Amino acid sequence: MCSVCGCSEGETRIETLTDHKSPHAHGHEAGSGIGHAEAHTHAPTEPQLTVLRNDPAERAQLVSVEQDILSKNNQIAGHNRRHFAAHSVLALNLVSSPGAGKTTLLVDTLERMQDHTPVAVIEGDQETSADADRIRATGAPALQVNTGKGCHLDAEMIEQAFAALHIHDGVLFIENVGNLVCPAGFDLGEAHKVVIASVTEGEDKPLKYPNMFAASSLMLVSKVDLLPHLNFDVDALINNARKVNPSIGVLKVSSTTGEGMDAWLGWIAAARQMAAAAG
Amino acid sequence: MHEMALCQSMVELINDQQRELGFDHVTRVIVEVGALGHVDPHALEFAFEVGAKGSVAENATLEIRETPGKGWCMACSETVSIARRGEPCPSCDSYQLIVEQGEELKLKELEVA
Repeated sequence: MCSVCGCSEGETRIETLTDHKSPHAHGHEAGSGIGHAEAHTHAPTEPQLTVLRNDPAERAQLVSVEQDILSKNNQIAGHNRRHFAAHSVLALNLVSSPGAGKTTLLVDTLERMQDHTPVAVIEGDQETSADADRIRATGAPALQVNTGKGCHLDAEMIEQAFAALHIHDGVLFIENVGNLVCPAGFDLGEAHKVVIASVTEGEDKPLKYPNMFAASSLMLVSKVDLLPHLNFDVDALINNARKVNPSIGVLKVSSTTGEGMDAWLGWIAAARQMAAAAG
Repeated sequence: MHEMALCQSMVELINDQQRELGFDHVTRVIVEVGALGHVDPHALEFAFEVGAKGSVAENATLEIRETPGKGWCMACSETVSIARRGEPCPSCDSYQLIVEQGEELKLKELEVA
């Protein structure tokens, strides 16, 4: 099932929507005319054999491969990206450490958005469908992907889950496994990675996990309502994020007080317009 | 520990080569890993030992060639070396750097028999 993940066959589980009918379903057939085969072809490198040693006793030969180790994942991610564009869907890959408040923030975001914008959610966790259940309670269609022993979502999981979620002209939120290391390297086909860092974590998170912050377009500083009770330097966090990614956007948000939520929704709306203009 | 997943992916690429070229087994696997990427070379070595078991690359030596980090310093208007992400330009201490090299993750060559 999983082309790049270390988890063995059968450990990854993707829910079906049978029990969770989407309010946005419109009878869209699986396999929407976008060839899935293209995602599974191999890079067109001509294999080359070079004789290394002429000693017939050890006929070692050198094969030039020159392929990106993540090439298969990246091909499927490219296919996902075209699929999202064909559906006019903006895909956002939400990443953070466990406990940064991704799901709470997402629930609040969905409640504010879904009256005027079609939304759907793919939830990644190692185990349980608890998060997808929380999302579905808002009325938004959600699919849970359990990665088993895997520590990140990969492009193939998203390809399969998206085929079961029928969404057009809206926003797909992909909540990745809570992990600031592994998801950084795996392109899912999203338009942007959005990293969530809460004020109950350390200001040096961006320096400790630089690849994730370097790969993200936006950092949401979450739980800012707690700042009066904490000894936390928000400016230090932002400076550290900009040390690893000078162009990262920053918004301070709180799902408890609603602070920053309008700015976050505005950022999503602008990203949709940019994607529509580019697509 | 996504290095395990990466090794799984490497083994798949090696199997593709094996099907195409028909060699018996792999004696050495040469990979390029960028110094600024998300891969820990030691974890990759460990994962490869486990991940290659039962494949044509079992017992092959993994040779990791690390590509140093380089980036464009907007303040200096020149390419500078970057040892690690989050470190400033070595000449002017600016953090306005655009990474140009150091994120590679490539299966370069196989020595086969």
